[in-house]
Amino acid sequence: MPLQSLDIKNQSARTSTPPSARSALEVAKLVDVSRCIGCKACQSACMEWNDLRDEVGVMEGFYTSPPDLSEQSWTLMRFNEVEIDGAFNWLILKDGCLHCADPGCLKACPAPGAIVQYANGIVDFHQEHCIGCGYCTAGCPFNIPRLSAKDSKVYKCTLCSDRVAVGLEPACVKACPTQALSFGSKEDMLFQAEHRIEDLRERGLAKAAIYDPKGVGGTHVVFVLPHGDRPEAYGLPANPSVGPVQRLWRSGWARAAGVATMAAVLVAGLLHYMRHGPLEVPPGAAKEGEVKP
Amino acid sequence: MTNHWVDIKNADVVLVMGGNPAEAHPCGFKWVIEAKVKNRARLVVVDPRFTRTAAVADKFAQIRPGTDIAFLGGVIRHLVETGAIQDEYVKAYTNAPFLLREDFGFEDGLFTGYDEAKRSYDKTSWAYDLDEKGFARVDPTLQDPRCVYQAMKRHYARYTPELVSSVTGVAVKDFQEICALIASTAAPNRTMTSLYALGWTQHSVGSQNIRAIAIIQLLLGNMGMPGGGVNALRGHSNIQGLTDLGVMSHLLPGYLGLPTEKDPDLGTYLEKRTPKPLRPGQLNYWQNYPKFFVSLLKAWYGAAAQPENDFCFDWLPKNDKTYDIMAAFELMSQGKVNGYFCQGFNPLASAPDKAKVSGALSKLKYLVVIDPLVTETSTFWKNYGEFNDVDPATIQTEVFRLPSTCFAEEDGSLVNSGRWLQWHWKAADPPGEAKGDPEIIAELFLAVRELYRKEGGTFPDPIVKLAWPYKIPRAPAPEELAREFSGTALADIPDPKDKLKTLAKEGEQLATFAHLQADGTTSCGCWIFCGSWTQAGNLMARRDAADPSGLGNTPGWAWSWPANRRILYNRASADPAGKPWDPNRRFVFWNGKKWAGADVPDIKVDAPPEEGMSPFIMNAEGVGKLFALGGMAEGPFPEHYEPFETPLAKNPFGGKVSNPAARLYKGDRERLGVAKDFPFVATTYRLTEHFHFWTKHTRIAAVLQPEAFVEIGEGLAKLRGISNGDRVVVRSKRGEIKVKAMVTKRIRTLSVQGQDVHTVGLPFHWGFEGLTKPGYLTNTLTPTVGDANIQTPEYKAFLVDVQKA
Repeated sequence: MPLQSLDIKNQSARTSTPPSARSALEVAKLVDVSRCIGCKACQSACMEWNDLRDEVGVMEGFYTSPPDLSEQSWTLMRFNEVEIDGAFNWLILKDGCLHCADPGCLKACPAPGAIVQYANGIVDFHQEHCIGCGYCTAGCPFNIPRLSAKDSKVYKCTLCSDRVAVGLEPACVKACPTQALSFGSKEDMLFQAEHRIEDLRERGLAKAAIYDPKGVGGTHVVFVLPHGDRPEAYGLPANPSVGPVQRLWRSGWARAAGVATMAAVLVAGLLHYMRHGPLEVPPGAAKEGEVKP
Repeated sequence: MTNHWVDIKNADVVLVMGGNPAEAHPCGFKWVIEAKVKNRARLVVVDPRFTRTAAVADKFAQIRPGTDIAFLGGVIRHLVETGAIQDEYVKAYTNAPFLLREDFGFEDGLFTGYDEAKRSYDKTSWAYDLDEKGFARVDPTLQDPRCVYQAMKRHYARYTPELVSSVTGVAVKDFQEICALIASTAAPNRTMTSLYALGWTQHSVGSQNIRAIAIIQLLLGNMGMPGGGVNALRGHSNIQGLTDLGVMSHLLPGYLGLPTEKDPDLGTYLEKRTPKPLRPGQLNYWQNYPKFFVSLLKAWYGAAAQPENDFCFDWLPKNDKTYDIMAAFELMSQGKVNGYFCQGFNPLASAPDKAKVSGALSKLKYLVVIDPLVTETSTFWKNYGEFNDVDPATIQTEVFRLPSTCFAEEDGSLVNSGRWLQWHWKAADPPGEAKGDPEIIAELFLAVRELYRKEGGTFPDPIVKLAWPYKIPRAPAPEELAREFSGTALADIPDPKDKLKTLAKEGEQLATFAHLQADGTTSCGCWIFCGSWTQAGNLMARRDAADPSGLGNTPGWAWSWPANRRILYNRASADPAGKPWDPNRRFVFWNGKKWAGADVPDIKVDAPPEEGMSPFIMNAEGVGKLFALGGMAEGPFPEHYEPFETPLAKNPFGGKVSNPAARLYKGDRERLGVAKDFPFVATTYRLTEHFHFWTKHTRIAAVLQPEAFVEIGEGLAKLRGISNGDRVVVRSKRGEIKVKAMVTKRIRTLSVQGQDVHTVGLPFHWGFEGLTKPGYLTNTLTPTVGDANIQTPEYKAFLVDVQKA
């Protein structure tokens, strides 16, 4: 169960009326890429706070390590060497869940209550309800959730919902030495981001922009991108959206179709029973686990 | 640092050259970001590769390793030629107007007085033209061809943008853009801070790299200014404290010099080190040298130190030559060293030429390693396959490992790069048998003293009579040591201005080094720390973050040497009349009666401006030195010399190829490679994810950067048929290492003197101990040759070859 201060606004495969007595502040983490030095303090703090320990891997030709997000690595610095307008850039991006306002993962998830969205905007996974189907990984337009091969549960950044619930900032924000990460109300974060855009434009980065994509209803992790016209250069999709399948899945039509299918299966089963009687194991067939000579 | 970390936020231009603070000092780098965000500062990065600092820079230029003086010399020329200097500052606060001796000169890459056989200079001619009173002659108009300004102008006339470009590999356009940014800070209301680290010091011309930026900052009027300064970013926690306390082979605490064989008695020693003023009316603060030195001897030898016995001067060791790290391992490899103590030091990994170090350690009778973690040095005798292929049966060195504490397991003070002594408190007990370093050393000392007491010996006095006033002799408390460094009155110290008053009563902690005496009535273990623990208590433990000036100056936070002064030479932040150069940086000024402002004034506080006392009070001439007199081994002006291993056949600036005054042992000369066999220029460095060879012992740091690699550009990769992630062998004349290749766009092929020069980047954090993937020690490759002044090895520019493994 979530803490009381984390009222659930929305959850996977369940319809329930969210509590409305309290008004929650919508939060956001601002990632100011122009201040980020790729030091990985955020990665380190994430491992410390969440008790995660990825394997000591190998150098795969990049500064990014481990090579990818995993059930042990919920945030990851990605390093991209790109030429933009003839100038070389080393673009460093803190990868991890963006906590969409319209989360594709939640929409895709068939397990009741495995993915929740709190009133403050954080999208959290409750692994005890996860059935390991991996639909959320397909539903995410940012390629974030990772299915664990060990326990068949899916993991990702929680935006430190446990810390936020008691009034603390996420661990990564706390650890960031250059304040490339900040945390607060989404309104404040956007205000701060606007200021940074002004400074970057004054420095000649005319295309500097805020990344808060509307295709997913906006996000609760917002980026300041010095090359705002080229999000894909950082590894961010230019126009992310929740796919048509997920939309359909969570729509009234899909629900009606689902109910109809279940009813049809039930009816078919009943008819089958009435005509053929119960299913029996034929005599001489091997029982489970038994090896025939 | 002449300034301090927080002060970086006041800069208008941040020049990062010879350092990579975003990676090596990520926490301090927040102040660079602060300068950018709050002060609209421009960040300029000049480095052999595109670093994480460059990733957030406004302007980056890739430079060939070892050519910083060529670049900076070109900047000096640009400032002089375009008149982008702060004229009034230069005339009043530097030695630009000082006339030089007629016999001083420079020709064919050499200054006057060079002795080829000794590889050193007779520096007699590197001096001012003195009048009959012993004061330097000056020409305030700077027109006399013999004045420092004109000599400097002549010296750097050769450093044209075209030649700079052709030597450094930086395009003329990029060089000129950077010159313009630097030059913009000649305005009195704009400042540039220079941030550097081992990227400047670890060269055979290391000290002269720093001299070059000092000249630039003086010309721009950036010394003593908030947001200015020449700022060394120190690599280890408390490495500033190490140098402050004189843990160097030629120093005593507080940058006093260790006596040499040429100092037969105290009088001679002090006479040589106590300067006479070179201009009238100057403070010449080193005139107090005898007070600092005698107080140090009183701290060490207590009651035994008396005027009659020269305060036990004879008990100090007298250097016959230098015993720096390279000299020590040279002697060791010649079999002239029996035992060696490594305290917080991992020389097998950190010193140049691992094969030489390993061979040297094998010749010891015993080796003592005092460290909290297992180091490669402590297991140098053990076979780790290809990574340390030695035969233990042939090594007879007995190794003792004494586990010590980590910083979080002890109380004490750490001195940061900005000279702040910050007290810290123990957070956890040390594990197992680990003990604090003072306790380990104390136990060893007591045992040795006992042996001397029982058995006598040739010269027992310095040991038997050493003052040891600690309550628990086997475990001196950090508080006791701190009080000793700060200093105590051994008798009532009368106030010279008022005989009825005392500056301090017997037994009291001293308030300031201004109260130290040369007659044995004060005791002080490190004069620059004097005042850190006064009668008011431990000032290093203060944590008041109040910043009344808004300039990041927090006088109540910890304690800064000297005298809690946060910016050195701060008198220079005001014009000769005592008015701040910049109304927005009112830092230290004359208020009509005395010097006042946000910081402790770095000048005699009641000396009115019209008396003409100049701001650089530690210099006998009172001004900053564009011309360094006899202080430097290889010349009074920085001159470009190639690294000892260079891709070029000759020095494009003419004359000697490499530093003519650098020391090179015979065996090490034979271990230098040439471009024909080793065509690529290598440079070594640190990465954010690791701290030296320590953090490979922690799981998280090991996850973040798990395995050794070499960074090469796409040009070199193509030339050698290497793909990203391939295993390669990197060879120098000293040895070879096998690592993974990281092929990157961040290192470009440079065009230097018409030839392609490929740079090879070698991060060095891995070894055969720890949780990271086992690897070779990078210093297998580096040469044993160092800076001519302080013998810092040339880790930053040497030659290698790279091939697919």
